[in-house]
Amino acid sequence: MEIFGIPTQALFGQLLIGLINGSFYALLSLGLAVIFGLLNIINFTHGAQYMFGAFVAYLLLNRLGVSYWWALLIAPIVVGATGIVIERLMLSKLYKLDHLYGLLLTFGVALVMEGLFRNEFGSSGLPYPSPPQLAGGRNLGFMFLPNYRAWVIAVSLVVCLGTWYAIERTRLGAYLRAATENPQLVQAFGINVPRMITLTYGFGVALAAFAGVMAAPIYQVSPQMGANLIIVVFAVVVIGGMGSILGSVLTGFGLGLVEGLTKVFYPEASNTVIFVIMAIVLLIKPTGLFGTQK
Amino acid sequence: MTGEPSSVSAGASGDTRHQRVAFALMIAIFALLPLVVYPVFVMKVMCFALFACAFNLLIGFGGLLSFGHAMFLGTAGYASAHAAKVWGFNPELAIVFATGCAALLGVATGLLAIRRQGIYFAMITLALAQMVYFFYLQTPFTGGEDGIQAVPRGRLFGLFDLGSAGTMYPLVFVIFVGGFLVIWRAVNSPFGQILKAIRENEARATSLGYDVDRYKLLAYVLSATLSGLAGATKALVFQLASLTDVYWTMSGEVVLMTLLGGMGTLFGPVVGAAIIITMQNYLAQIGAWVAVVQGAIFVVCVMAFRRGVVGEIAHWLRKPL
Repeated sequence: MEIFGIPTQALFGQLLIGLINGSFYALLSLGLAVIFGLLNIINFTHGAQYMFGAFVAYLLLNRLGVSYWWALLIAPIVVGATGIVIERLMLSKLYKLDHLYGLLLTFGVALVMEGLFRNEFGSSGLPYPSPPQLAGGRNLGFMFLPNYRAWVIAVSLVVCLGTWYAIERTRLGAYLRAATENPQLVQAFGINVPRMITLTYGFGVALAAFAGVMAAPIYQVSPQMGANLIIVVFAVVVIGGMGSILGSVLTGFGLGLVEGLTKVFYPEASNTVIFVIMAIVLLIKPTGLFGTQK
Repeated sequence: MTGEPSSVSAGASGDTRHQRVAFALMIAIFALLPLVVYPVFVMKVMCFALFACAFNLLIGFGGLLSFGHAMFLGTAGYASAHAAKVWGFNPELAIVFATGCAALLGVATGLLAIRRQGIYFAMITLALAQMVYFFYLQTPFTGGEDGIQAVPRGRLFGLFDLGSAGTMYPLVFVIFVGGFLVIWRAVNSPFGQILKAIRENEARATSLGYDVDRYKLLAYVLSATLSGLAGATKALVFQLASLTDVYWTMSGEVVLMTLLGGMGTLFGPVVGAAIIITMQNYLAQIGAWVAVVQGAIFVVCVMAFRRGVVGEIAHWLRKPL
């Protein structure tokens, strides 16, 4: 069976990879958007924290024999806690300054983290097995779908929609959005805004670590796994604009698919297609597809 | 960058005597240093100092944080290496050609990047630079992971053989000082004043009738061009153009040099580049710790040392440097 001269197996295979990549773009850009909303800081450490999450899962499995499922819970808590420490000790001192200092600080922290992991584990990728419950796959007739990949896409969707629901439809989310608009006023109403900021950063970082654990069985666990990904995610964020949660989720999945299609039809451009799209979006709508001027 | 009391308030006041003394001191140091230090090392410092000064023009005086400046350094490096090796250009032509390439890339990326401000500008330049990196990774002329090796230095104007440090050093020295003087002049010109006005308050600069985007683009292209000049020279000094120079870590390094030396100061980037290159030289044996140390310096600078080395000295002297 062929579509546009491409075997359907190859086409759907690449679309699946695109969806998987898109899941990670969505999870990571969601975390960036949540952090940016309240802290006005682009968290350059996000890629390193994603890598950190994957390594926590790897160490839990290989040193302590703790399974993937527990890692899915423990890694975000551990990494989120370190994020809270970073926010309390460092980021919180910078809010009164130009936001670029936050970017520079988180860039430095990312360099330190990635360097430390490279010293300890070397640069080569370390394998992390899929959980046995999700081994194998099913034949859908037109393609073979590994169970683990289906799981990643499903969970990523659930987490993204859950975050959207929590922010847009709950009381806590309403506080959060109010504090994004006017922190002084919200504080005057008796809500502890600094603590909310700290927890928001912790949550965003935990999301990155969660994505890292999910990524561990698909990509290999390596100190550089976050660094290149985060640059693509930055482009995704510029394309989507950080105005809306659903927007960043949609953009993430959409661009993953576009990237997958590019791999089928013009593989040379698959690394750069997202950056090219970013350039086009900047020309047409500089605020991003879902962004508003801020 | 706003938020920090700017150490560069003069320029218009004509209070540049300290800057002249510092400039003379810098010239003397770079003229005499090759007598005691390995000349190639000093040439490396000068190339990176020019690179950092060019970067500082954008962040220190225009308030624009570019996280993609490696693309200009690397593009010019590839262009000059290719022109000198494959096309057999004379070194001066290769450098001019490569600098032109960087300027063109500056126009193309600048038109896109200046459409957003602040952290978006940083993310956009980073993404564009990554695109350029992937392009060089895939096109055959760059030699992929190997880079362009054994680039001939050639004969300057067809007369002076640049093979030895004795002739190469003066060329690099002249290029560095020339680039530095261009930046100094630009900063103290009406153009530089308007740039600072845009940094301090963009809306007001617009309301005063200045075409803000045009000034930003001009600053961006000038910065790209001088970064390219540094990259082109560096490729001839090391006779090598490689992917290291286009990778995002290089963009981070130039940010670090400028931050450490003092953003918005004239001499800060030179001092920062010298410190970082020296540090890399001594830390080279311990491999990956270089990244850790650089990251730690970033953190310390942002948390406690935002003026940088030269900025602190200038603050202490109460004079702009």
